Amino acid sequence: MTGSGSKTLSPQRKRRRRSGWRGLVYIAPAMALVILFFVMPVIFTGWMSLHNWPLMGGTRWIGLKNYVRMFHDARFLSALQFTAYYTVIVTIAIFAVAFPLAIFVEKQRRFVSVYRTIIFLPVVVGLATASLLWVWLANVDSGFVGPALKALGLADKSPNLLATFDSAFLTIIIMVVWKIAGFTMIILLTGLQAIPADLTEAARIDGAGRWQRFRYLTLPLMRKTIALALIISVTGSILAFDQFYIMTSGGPQNRMISVVYYIFNQSFVSFNLGYGAALSIALLAILVVLSIVQLWLLRVGEERP
Amino acid sequence: MTTAKVSSSKQRRARKAFRANGAYHAAGIAICLFFLAPFVITFLASFRHGTEARLPPLPPWPTNGLSIDSYLSLDTFGAGIWQHTINSLLVSLATVVLTVAVSLLAGYGFSRYRFPLKNVLFVLIIATLMIPFQSILTPLFIILAKLGLNNSLLGLTLVYVTLQLPFSVFMMRNAFDAVPKEIEEAARIDGARDLRLLVRVLLPLVLPGIATVAIFAFLNAWNEFLAALILLSSNEKYTLPVLMMAVRAGRLGAVNWGAVQAGVAVMTVPCLIVFLLLQRYYMRGLMAGAVK
Repeated sequence: MTGSGSKTLSPQRKRRRRSGWRGLVYIAPAMALVILFFVMPVIFTGWMSLHNWPLMGGTRWIGLKNYVRMFHDARFLSALQFTAYYTVIVTIAIFAVAFPLAIFVEKQRRFVSVYRTIIFLPVVVGLATASLLWVWLANVDSGFVGPALKALGLADKSPNLLATFDSAFLTIIIMVVWKIAGFTMIILLTGLQAIPADLTEAARIDGAGRWQRFRYLTLPLMRKTIALALIISVTGSILAFDQFYIMTSGGPQNRMISVVYYIFNQSFVSFNLGYGAALSIALLAILVVLSIVQLWLLRVGEERP
Repeated sequence: MTTAKVSSSKQRRARKAFRANGAYHAAGIAICLFFLAPFVITFLASFRHGTEARLPPLPPWPTNGLSIDSYLSLDTFGAGIWQHTINSLLVSLATVVLTVAVSLLAGYGFSRYRFPLKNVLFVLIIATLMIPFQSILTPLFIILAKLGLNNSLLGLTLVYVTLQLPFSVFMMRNAFDAVPKEIEEAARIDGARDLRLLVRVLLPLVLPGIATVAIFAFLNAWNEFLAALILLSSNEKYTLPVLMMAVRAGRLGAVNWGAVQAGVAVMTVPCLIVFLLLQRYYMRGLMAGAVK
């Protein structure tokens, strides 16, 4: 049986090697799309960033001036600062909710799969849709949160949640946690379930308390999963746009302009396409650095299992 | 005496377990309420009378009888809700079909053939995951214009397909890797070649992978906002999320919240249905992404 199999295999293999270019035909459509709509745009972004590039009219080579301008652009720097602030806060909030949820739905028991599914539901709707839904819920006159607080007697009059920075920021954080926590929960759950049950059992028999087991067993063993969930959350937050554009249009006193929002404004509102490209390259560099940090984090996880 | 003691301690333990169980499910229900409530409130509120649309949803259900006023007022925005729903459906379904076709071929090529630069090209496709598409929107806009595909649903679809490729090619290559080579060899001996072999023999075997790729392509295309906002410029081409910006902006400073509720319902329901029907394949894709 195996003998005949290997006999038919060897001419096959020879034939395949001879028609080595045939494989390229199969991957050609995918390569064409990736080159046309990804590789070329990336190179083109770099090229554009070295130009003064208005929407209409001629383009002019200006070397690194766009990059110099970037470092003196107070609005860009504050967009960076706001994005960093948002990323830190929202990541902490997501983990603070998703980790307990993952532990909550870890054990197989009645209705657990129902809980998992319901918690996950907001993940599959769009961020734009979720933003729209919550901007209505948070509306001062026609929404749900403010009027409900008033009806319950917790507030004298319905608070305008999106009017001040702090309350608008809090509303957006709650919306994003509602939308994303299910996703992070499932990622963390895969890590939790990969921990061998006899290990926890052994620790329990050795007299390790619940917190000790979590701190010295669960957390170290989940290092890789946590790193992954962390990276997904951080990169996603750095690229945030929809929620600020839809919910607060940049926020009270323009204080909620994220980096992507600022690039959008420069490129498609002010039509400084060259400067927008330079900002994009900066964003790209930030994310590539983060990817390298990610690889490093994952590697560290492997070294110390 | 001793038996009574044992049974009472047993009872106590059972009662404790019962109470813990009750507390667990009470917490479960409270958590589910938080995650479900926004959907439920919006769906219910969207069926209130037009006169109620401005009022807070307290209670959220219609008190003056059911009405589709909100959906009718949504229809007065842009080129009508049907047009925009069809736009969104066209883009999403075309994205699904093209993504499946392209990644099926590429997955097969990467799994079964050897050719020059194979690994380099595979890494190139996967590496595009590292680069956020938000940073290349300006050149995309210009390249599409050069190709005569600006402000077209086809252009938007091609961009969406490209964005889906890293994940999809990866999924499909793994799907083909899992198919034993013997099946292919047997089919080859029976005279099936190349595309016929792929479609007739292998396609049914990688269907789960295709389902996963298709669900992600559909949901991402249906939900995407920023690229559609930038690449579509004329009113009648807008997909649903872009249309909703006009609704959100309102008219004469007044937002029609009934239309917002109806729009959220229209955008949400297809996602929830697709997810609930095909949850198994969705989760498979998520796990595959998480492991790698």
